[in-house]
Amino acid sequence: MHEISIAEEIIEIVSGYLPQAKNISVKSVMINLGKFSNIMPEALKFGFEVLINDTKLNGATLNINKIPLTIRCNNCGTESELDEPFFYCPNCESGSVEILTGMEMNVIEIELND
Amino acid sequence: MSLITVERKILEKNDEIAALNRQLFRERKIIAFNLVSSPGSGKTSLIENTIQCLNHKIKVGVIEGDVQTNLDAERIDALNVPVVQIVTNGSCHLDAMLVRDAFSKFDSHVLDILFIENVGNLVCPAAYDLGERMKVVIVSTTEGDDKPLKYPAMFRNSEALIINKMDLLSYLNCSIAELRKNALLINPSLKIFEVSCTSGEGIGKWCKFLIEMSNHDEKQG
Repeated sequence: MHEISIAEEIIEIVSGYLPQAKNISVKSVMINLGKFSNIMPEALKFGFEVLINDTKLNGATLNINKIPLTIRCNNCGTESELDEPFFYCPNCESGSVEILTGMEMNVIEIELND
Repeated sequence: MSLITVERKILEKNDEIAALNRQLFRERKIIAFNLVSSPGSGKTSLIENTIQCLNHKIKVGVIEGDVQTNLDAERIDALNVPVVQIVTNGSCHLDAMLVRDAFSKFDSHVLDILFIENVGNLVCPAAYDLGERMKVVIVSTTEGDDKPLKYPAMFRNSEALIINKMDLLSYLNCSIAELRKNALLINPSLKIFEVSCTSGEGIGKWCKFLIEMSNHDEKQG
C-alpha cells in the first residue's frame, strides 16, 4: 500500500545523481528488494511509471532484483534460506536467528541513455 | 550507455530523521512506543486504559495518527493528557518527519512516556522507523488467531504483542494458544500481554511493564 511513497523516494534519490545536461535521460534504475520488505513489485513498478512522467526519469524502466530471505542460527551457526517467514533454524529449530538478507530496499544502479 | 553505481537505502531520509527523533527522546528521557494494529483493534482504548491505570504517576503524551478526523485526540484530551493529532489525509502510515513536527507541538511538557498511535494498518507502518524505543503490535481476539502469519513483518518488527478483547473470547472462534504460537513462530522474543480494555483485565500487568521500563531508564540515567 505504501509503494507510491517508496517510488517517490526512489525518484528523489535517482534525481540527485543525474548530470545537469538537458539531454540526459534515464534508461533504467535497478533496485534490490528483499522478500521480507513488504513491497509488492508490481505495485511499485506501477507507481514508478506513473510518477516519472514530467521528470528526467520519464521512460525509464524499474528493474527489481529480488533478494531471498536468509538467516543465520545463533545456536548452531547454520545459514538457511526461508520460504516462509517463520524464524526458526531448519537445522536445530532454535528461534534465536539473525536475518542476513531479505529486508533490502536499496537503489543499486542507474543506467543513462547516451 | 553509462552506469552509475549507487547503493542507497530507499528509506534513508526517513531513517535519518528517525535517528534524530530517537536522540531527542533520549535527551528528554522519554520512552516512545509506536502502537500498530489493524483498524479497530483497540489502540486508542488501550491508551485510555493505560492513562487511567497510571493515574498521572507517569507523565504520558500521545501522538494520534489517523487518515481523517481528530476524534481520537478528543478522547485522549478528555483525560487531561497532552495530545497532538496527525491527520495523514489518505496516507497509510506515519513517517518520522510527521512525528517530529507533531512532537515539537508538545513544547514545554515534561513526559516520561510518549505513545505514538499509528494509522490502523498492519502492512505499511512496519517499514517506517519513527524513532520509537519499540513497536507494540495490538491484535484483538475478534480478528482471529492467524493474524501473525498473514502480516509477519509487523510481528517480527515489534517487541511486544498485546492481545485485546479477551472478554469476548467465549463468543469467538479464536484460540489464544494458537495466536501465541503463531506470533512466536514469527518472533520468538515477543513479550505478550492479554488484556481487555472493556473489563480492565490485564491492564495492570501491562502498566507494570511500562513502569519497570521507565524506572530502569531512570536508573540508567
